[in-house]
Amino acid sequence: MLEVVVKLALVAGAFALLPLLVGQAEHKVMAHMQGRLGPMYAGGFHGWAQLIADGVKFAQKEDVVPRDADRWVFKLAPGVALVPYLLVLLVIPVGPGGQVALDLGPGVFFALAVMGVGVIGAIMAGWASANKYSLLGGMRVAAQLMSYELPMVFAAASVAMAAGTLSLQGIVGEWRWWWLPWQAVGAVVFFVAGLAELRRPPFDMPVADSEIIFGPYTEYGGLRFALFLLAEYAGIVVLCALTAVLFLGGWKGPFLNTELGWLWTLLKVGVLAFCVIWLRVSYPRMREDQLQKLAWAWLVPLSLAQLALTGVLRVAL
Amino acid sequence: MHNYFDTYVVVVVLLLVGAGIVGGALAANRMLRPDRPTAEKLTTYECGVDPVGEGWAHSYVRYYVFAYLYVVFAVDAVFLFPWATVFSAPGYGATTLGEMFVFLAFLATGLAYAGKKGVLSWV
Repeated sequence: MLEVVVKLALVAGAFALLPLLVGQAEHKVMAHMQGRLGPMYAGGFHGWAQLIADGVKFAQKEDVVPRDADRWVFKLAPGVALVPYLLVLLVIPVGPGGQVALDLGPGVFFALAVMGVGVIGAIMAGWASANKYSLLGGMRVAAQLMSYELPMVFAAASVAMAAGTLSLQGIVGEWRWWWLPWQAVGAVVFFVAGLAELRRPPFDMPVADSEIIFGPYTEYGGLRFALFLLAEYAGIVVLCALTAVLFLGGWKGPFLNTELGWLWTLLKVGVLAFCVIWLRVSYPRMREDQLQKLAWAWLVPLSLAQLALTGVLRVAL
Repeated sequence: MHNYFDTYVVVVVLLLVGAGIVGGALAANRMLRPDRPTAEKLTTYECGVDPVGEGWAHSYVRYYVFAYLYVVFAVDAVFLFPWATVFSAPGYGATTLGEMFVFLAFLATGLAYAGKKGVLSWV
């Protein structure tokens, strides 16, 4: 009982801390890569206090619910967007043995299903805002979820086939270094599809600020808007953790797997999160039709090919 | 082996914790923030100009075909997971793998058909 409580507290702690670290890293990495001066000012050294200043600002803002909005849906949406990512963290193993809050049998399935729920928050926001741009944004969110969920599920199924289990703990246990080339296509498909599901640039058509203001989030302000931002960073953490666990061997490193397992996991998550930020500053936004084409003409066939490759090798070996 | 539902009690507990975090943050925020609604403030922001017409406007949803495609594929994909855990176990092997190729062929044919019909290109 005590063990469960401690683990839940650790999960909640990681949920509170890691997304903020990603947010802080995004400020700094973007500032350096793009020569931005804004995030380098607050607090003196490298603008370390920018995130705190943002938090204080959000907390002080008035919480305006537009008169025409669908009040309850509008107010509930940020919670629906944020909480699922907390639930996914529950099944992600950080180390060997019992270093997972809940070793769920159908872990992969649970993680993907719950991650999909987070997107509904954005769709709710788009629908409830009574704002034409938000509605368009919400529609784009829905379209993006539908197109990219499929290659993501196929890529994850490929790993489940390779390991012969759906438990995330079991998958890392089965993982060997030669899975890297074997599952490489699946890994790329999974990561790209995940980015699209999180609506991260270059897949940020739903919130394209230069054409539909800020998509589903236009009418939000104050803490509710901050919760949406937090959900985005929590999503990055979850996506990177899932990619690390499924495709990069989770806690398995070059040495001391048992003792330093959690460190390898965190390191892989950190490197992947850096890549997420790097992609944001490097690529222009994709057009809506390019988005759909990438999913259906490239990612789905590639992930099907990965499934075939996994199946053949697995039976042949 | 745990009872099946016991494992999910932890999930429900964490769900409540999450709801508590969000609810608590919003409740605490209520004490910090000002609350002075005016008629002007409560109009829909849209793009900064006073909104014209209703928010729930008619628009052509071009994505509905993707929704159909997704539903078809996703229902199939769900069956992959239980299959993935057993297909290489003793007693299954090549026949089971062959069945998967039939399954993949169905999906690929469906996708190719959709592509040929021009569904996947933007109108």
